Amino acid sequence: MREVINFLLVGVGGQGTILASNVLVNVGLAAGYQVKQAEVHGMSQRGGSVISHVRWGRAIYAPLIAAGEVDVYLAFEKAEALRHLNQLRRGALAIINLRAIKPVTVTSGGEPYPDDDRLYAAVAQVTDKAVYIDAGTIALGLGNVRVENAVLLGALSALMEREGWIGLEILPDEWIVQITQRVPARYAALNRQAFEAGRWEVGRA
Amino acid sequence: MIRILSGNEAAARGAWEAGAVVASAYPGTPSTEILEEFARLPGVYAEWATNEKVAVDVAIGAAYAGRRAFASMKHVGLNVAADAFMYASMTGSEAGLVIITADDPGMHSSQNEQDNRTFAKFARVPCLEPADSQEAKDLMIAAFDLSEQFDTPVLYRMTTRICHSSSPVKLGHRTERPVSQERFPRNPAKYVMVPAHARVRHPLIEERVRKLAEFAEAFPGNRIELREARLGIITAGVAYQYAREVFPQASVLKLGMTWPLPAQLIRRFAASVERLIVLEELDPFIEEAVRLLGIAAEGKSIFPRIGELDPRIVREAALAAGLLPPSARVPVPQVDVGPLPVRPPVLCPGCPHRSTFYVLNKLKVPVMGDIGCYSLGLTPPLSAMHTIGCMGAGISVAHGAAKAGNRERQVAVIGDSTFFHTGLPALLNVVYNQSPVITIIMDNRVTAMTGHQDNPGTGRTAQGKAAPVIEIEPIVRALGVQHVKTIAAYDVEAIERTLKEFMRLDQPAVLITREPCALLPEARAHWHTLAVAEEKCNGCGLCFRLGCPAILKSDALDERYRRPKALIDSTLCTGCGVCAEICPREAIGDAPARPA
Repeated sequence: MREVINFLLVGVGGQGTILASNVLVNVGLAAGYQVKQAEVHGMSQRGGSVISHVRWGRAIYAPLIAAGEVDVYLAFEKAEALRHLNQLRRGALAIINLRAIKPVTVTSGGEPYPDDDRLYAAVAQVTDKAVYIDAGTIALGLGNVRVENAVLLGALSALMEREGWIGLEILPDEWIVQITQRVPARYAALNRQAFEAGRWEVGRA
Repeated sequence: MIRILSGNEAAARGAWEAGAVVASAYPGTPSTEILEEFARLPGVYAEWATNEKVAVDVAIGAAYAGRRAFASMKHVGLNVAADAFMYASMTGSEAGLVIITADDPGMHSSQNEQDNRTFAKFARVPCLEPADSQEAKDLMIAAFDLSEQFDTPVLYRMTTRICHSSSPVKLGHRTERPVSQERFPRNPAKYVMVPAHARVRHPLIEERVRKLAEFAEAFPGNRIELREARLGIITAGVAYQYAREVFPQASVLKLGMTWPLPAQLIRRFAASVERLIVLEELDPFIEEAVRLLGIAAEGKSIFPRIGELDPRIVREAALAAGLLPPSARVPVPQVDVGPLPVRPPVLCPGCPHRSTFYVLNKLKVPVMGDIGCYSLGLTPPLSAMHTIGCMGAGISVAHGAAKAGNRERQVAVIGDSTFFHTGLPALLNVVYNQSPVITIIMDNRVTAMTGHQDNPGTGRTAQGKAAPVIEIEPIVRALGVQHVKTIAAYDVEAIERTLKEFMRLDQPAVLITREPCALLPEARAHWHTLAVAEEKCNGCGLCFRLGCPAILKSDALDERYRRPKALIDSTLCTGCGVCAEICPREAIGDAPARPA
């Protein structure tokens, strides 16, 4: 077990970031870590930025992660991935969803939306352990875009295993249990599929 | 059993375990979930009050009647409730009474960042501050005990970071409390605060403060953690967590009770360390009290007084003050990520408030606002909001401007829940003192911004019981307003026509725009998608002025004017039809059915 693992989840309201962070904090607890979680969403209605801090460790005090100390980055949306990039520790693990959700400032206001090359170049300056994944398309292929978050959690679990951040103390089944108990029963199988699809995607990368 | 709970959930759980049976609250971020959680627990009564003052009076009544009770609110709610809070300090109660204030350092969703610990000192009541979810539960139980032991309300101060952070909590059982007396107390000397009685009470209150300060010396929530003697930190609330994170070797005096303070404990701690600092969010509340004891302590000379703290801010401040060696600095990547689009909160697609702000923008009138989703009428391109102060303010601010001789036509905008909150007396004042203020009540049938809480208009209580549906128009008429119209909120033309008609009058007038919040289940049931007929659209851009997230600028340009045509995002559109109504070319209509 590691001394501390700091997770930062960033996305846009309605993408299921809060559910993903609830899963993450409970997976950590089940693995025997002390855990804390903080949601930072201010006035964001649908479509606002959502930021969630999750911390696992032998002893955890602050609910917020200090800038520069994010170990694991789970970005649900491309512009948000860029926005919080400078919070990362160099060499952090990153799962970045290749999904664009354009705010009204872009769609009718004419502000520019960053292109993918800018994203890749900026991320590469911070870490070489980033995995890009098109979770929205994978989720849609499975039948429902709303399981995007389960795809991303699957990818995250596989990346953490591959890089040796988690071992036998956290098996894939634990993630699946935590996910499925938080979704309506009729979506349990779909979420399990989505989680597995995310894992497979990282295995392929 | 251990469960991960937010601070709000844990506070509610603590009140339940302490045997509280009555709770009253008005929704407000970050406090809202306290009452929502309590309302779900068995054997309790929980309600959404019409405002915070009402909530505190309700809790006081229950505590007078011998039942443990609490009222919860956001920090500015205590301003509304201050009158009740202050007399409760004078009377005490028969059973435990806790007033929960959820402060918002950093103003994540508030108009100010007042530090309500000052309210405890002001009212001469103890202030407890939890530092995580486990403490949020434990200190709540202690708060009820303290309230009864000292015959005082307790101010229970949380902050956004405590309210909305989650950590493991060991659950306990509920201790049922038999009602302390069957009869409502007949004790006018204690409960009737006429001057003759109040004069007798005040010395008792000051004696209570003295005893509380004595109690604070041995209160288990106040504890010294001795580590290295080089640095000692007095801290409370979430700042304690930052102290532990950033100064793991420092000695700490952790205060669970931040008023009144334990003078002997502070002296003992100060004597055991070489350098003493106070780490607290917002005001130098503890720091000033420590200095008054004649103890040299640094606080706000090192750490910011403004905004929310976090581990980085604390560490940077400590580095600058030489409290940490330069090696403690954590490097931060300085990658230039380029310009990023802002993602401001905006009115949702299909929001029934949008049409009215579109019209107000067109009419170019001064608009006095209120606290709620409609505050977002401020944002471009709607840009139709000129003052926002607190709940209920807009109507009276408009009245004041009119009475000052401002010749523009003053318009006030308020929501259904805030109209019930403090809009009623303000509107009555407009009628009584006759100013030609036009009040628009945006009735979306729910307290929307805080997450769809029930209110007197919804026909449901906080615990899901049926309630009378209170209609706004009869209330407005009963207040004496002669010119009242209720109009469907999506009917742009009728809103404009009515407002113009009201502007020709020289009397108070009220327009009620009515339509359920687009996110309510009954509204979702009618969601459908509109589309732009590209051949009809000439890119005039009128629909862009609605600021609807579902209306996009298309890549297709109008051939004649070379301007982008409109495009509707079918995943966001709810089919409210406001854009179709204002489109001069009738280019927007129901989307063609998808081919099977």
